[in-house]
Amino acid sequence: MIRFLIKGLLRDRQRSLLPLLVVSIGVMLTVFMHAWVTGVLGDGIEFKARFETGHVNVTTRAYAENAGQIPIDLSLEGAGEMLEILHSEYPDMTWVERTRFGGLIDVPDESGETLSQGPVTGIAIELLNENSHEKERMNLTDALVRGHFPDEPGEILISDNLFEKLGISLGQEVTLITTSMYGSMVFHNFRISGTLSFGMGALDKGTVIMDLEDARLALDMQDATAEILGFFASEYFEPETAKAMCQAFNEKYSYPEDKFSPLMQNMRSYPQIANLIDYAGLMTFIISAIFILVMSIVLWNTGLISGLRRYGEMGVRLAIGESKGHVYRSLISESVAIGLAGSVAGTLAGLLCAYILQEKGLHFDVNMDTAAVMMPSTLRAHITPVTYCIGFIPGLLSTVLGTMLSGIGIYKRKTAELFKELE
Amino acid sequence: MKAKLTSLLLLFPLVCSSQTPDGKEILKRMDANLTSDSRVFTSKMIIHGRRSSRTVESKTWSIGDRKAFTEYLSPPREAGTKMLKLEDALWIYSPSTDRTIQIAGHMLKQSIMGSDLSYEDMMEDPTLADQYEATVTGTEEVNGRPCWVLQLKAVKEDVTYASRKVWVDRERYIPLREELYAKSGTLLKKTELFDVKRIDGRWFPGKIVFKDMLKQGDGTEFIIESIEFNADIPEHLFTKAALR
Repeated sequence: MIRFLIKGLLRDRQRSLLPLLVVSIGVMLTVFMHAWVTGVLGDGIEFKARFETGHVNVTTRAYAENAGQIPIDLSLEGAGEMLEILHSEYPDMTWVERTRFGGLIDVPDESGETLSQGPVTGIAIELLNENSHEKERMNLTDALVRGHFPDEPGEILISDNLFEKLGISLGQEVTLITTSMYGSMVFHNFRISGTLSFGMGALDKGTVIMDLEDARLALDMQDATAEILGFFASEYFEPETAKAMCQAFNEKYSYPEDKFSPLMQNMRSYPQIANLIDYAGLMTFIISAIFILVMSIVLWNTGLISGLRRYGEMGVRLAIGESKGHVYRSLISESVAIGLAGSVAGTLAGLLCAYILQEKGLHFDVNMDTAAVMMPSTLRAHITPVTYCIGFIPGLLSTVLGTMLSGIGIYKRKTAELFKELE
Repeated sequence: MKAKLTSLLLLFPLVCSSQTPDGKEILKRMDANLTSDSRVFTSKMIIHGRRSSRTVESKTWSIGDRKAFTEYLSPPREAGTKMLKLEDALWIYSPSTDRTIQIAGHMLKQSIMGSDLSYEDMMEDPTLADQYEATVTGTEEVNGRPCWVLQLKAVKEDVTYASRKVWVDRERYIPLREELYAKSGTLLKKTELFDVKRIDGRWFPGKIVFKDMLKQGDGTEFIIESIEFNADIPEHLFTKAALR
């Protein structure tokens, strides 16, 4: 029976091609739109994770309490051992050490006297480790304006704005004045290897990026790190997994009475980020729901029209003795076949478009110099498990419902009227 | 009548000593103990941080309250760091960078070597009588010693602490406890002085415990290991060239 119906659909292109095309296009748009909205709204959160919090992070309890002040005196000691534990217990995650600190950059004149000074926020990452993906994770390659990345200890990157403001030249030695892990004022000389521009005021105002080992030397932080950030292999925050991970880790390694014991937190532990995640989730739901509703109405109509268009055919079939129920069922079966084929084709096409945008992204060269919050300049789509099946709601359900509705008419028709129509 | 008069005359000195002296007078006598034309001292600073304690040793040469030169002797990471104070300016030399940097602006609020003392504290004029108006508010006992309780209010705008509460030893005129307040009334620092000794005709503390109330940790012990008052100090020590 099904083979017979499919043969009919294939041979009568008028009956199948147009509905199939409409369903496919509708489903493709739905799938792509869902991935795009999820990606764009999620990118702001992922950017925050990549730059600041990680999907999960491990700090001391005391550091977590005062995280806003970036208190490096509360850093985690025995960082190497902690990293080993994290790598062995959560091998699927990527773990990186990071240290952020505040300080001043002092630029000397020819006689070594202070020429200019400016406040900076230092970010120490694994910059000289070839196996580290920190440069890519923080999108530093695209942000490089002049010079090159540090390729030996003692070299740092500085934000381009500050570079110009302080009148520094590439390769010049400057002094970092900051506070060590033990609270004393420390001085350390660094050579400027390159400059960065992130396109947003919050970072461009005064950021210094240096290798973690250099920071350890300057800040007197041997085998210590301010934070260990963890990233999921999917590169997207997984709230439930993160929550379970934190609970298990803290039960095993964190002691409330010891403020220097490690504490694992996930992104949602930060109230501002939790609000952002909730907002993004809600917006994704609302935008997707509106789009699905619109597409459902369109595809419902497709089903409805394709049923109504075939009233003549129904009449003949009833006249030659086919039962009303059989005609109705065959109509629905055909609709299921078209809806299914259209949904599969549309989902594949939508996924392909979304995949391209997920990998390549859309770069927006928007000036965000006054922006206080960090936002990415490249927006990407994000394919989630929902993306694979969301197209079937308008593609299959709406088409079949439309057909079912139009097919009800078959039962209301009288045989006498049918003959009259045929004449 | 004669007997009454005799007993009054005998009690007169006691009556006089129990009288509350003027706040200004107490400050002057206190300053006389604590300030000198010049001095050279070696000290040990035990900094009790949030997770561990560490000791920093230094030697300081100073002339009045206007010139001071400090060289840090240990631990190795700090050894060779030198500080020069000339009037209202402060420079620090770090041997690891071979740079002499002027400490100014908000950097003055930074802690010295992670202690509970700030560079601003170091820059402060120690002569309290010139900067504060003192009122004696009562008497209390500190570490078993009877003290005058003085409320100090700044008469100048540019002082680090707008008001102070000082417990001054009634016999030795040396502060035994001090509370330092901001203009808003927030308690910023507490100090306690111990081991008061007679050195060269003046009373001087052997140990001062500083506690920055805005900082976690158990305070900083400042122990004076040796001190020489009115010593001859070569003038060239108070030049930027001496820092390197």
